[in-house]
Amino acid sequence: MTNVLINAPKTAKKGEMIELKTLIMHPMETGFRPGTNGRLIPRNIIERFTASWNGAEILRMDFSPAIAANPFVSFFAVATESGKITFRWTGDEGFAVEESVAIDVA
Amino acid sequence: MPGTTKRGTTRRTFVTGAALLSVLPLASARATPDAMAAAIKEVVGDNAIREGRMTLDLPPLIENGNAVPLTVSVESPMSEADHIKAIHVFNEKNPQPRVFDARLGPGNGKAAIGTRIKLGDSQKIVAIAETSKGEFFSASADVIVTLAACLEDLT
Repeated sequence: MTNVLINAPKTAKKGEMIELKTLIMHPMETGFRPGTNGRLIPRNIIERFTASWNGAEILRMDFSPAIAANPFVSFFAVATESGKITFRWTGDEGFAVEESVAIDVA
Repeated sequence: MPGTTKRGTTRRTFVTGAALLSVLPLASARATPDAMAAAIKEVVGDNAIREGRMTLDLPPLIENGNAVPLTVSVESPMSEADHIKAIHVFNEKNPQPRVFDARLGPGNGKAAIGTRIKLGDSQKIVAIAETSKGEFFSASADVIVTLAACLEDLT
């Protein structure tokens, strides 16, 4: 079970700039840390985060292990049309999570 | 054994040791800023990088390097003809020089990204923005980290 928090307005005026904030639960294990047995804990990170508005990509971010655990990203988008904003996280060990929020643009 | 010989040996050992100590940290500290420069070169190529139009915000004094809030924003009209295509963030002393690469477009309206990063040491953070016209802008920030990331499991 992956916990995702998304902070986005439910309604916006056409052409308005809105701020989107996302947070996802993930250890973002760097692969550089030794565990309790002295061996390195294998890398397990989210490699890519994308956001799209009704299917059109508005942001694509490639993470490195230097992104803190439970990655938080905030960014802006121009409200163009009603529909849904989809956020997608993919990473090591087959990690793939997708969340969408609906938005009304008037 | 005469005292003079013993003292001479100790001093020689000390001098050699001190010389080694002074050389070693310098040699290892220089390696990673080079890696950052190489990573920046990979992104920018031979294009000129200009200062300005860009702000990189992060606290100057960081108590906990495990989650450091970072925001980077670039002044840009973000129109179809003139927008910020990408923002890259680099660091000097983490194990890897790259922090993140973000691809933006006119749909963002404002070229600004906020996130939280890990920092392994006091160092310089550099952000590079690429415009749709192929120009590059940069901003940098020096931070002091009192508790580095990655160390909590070693204690």
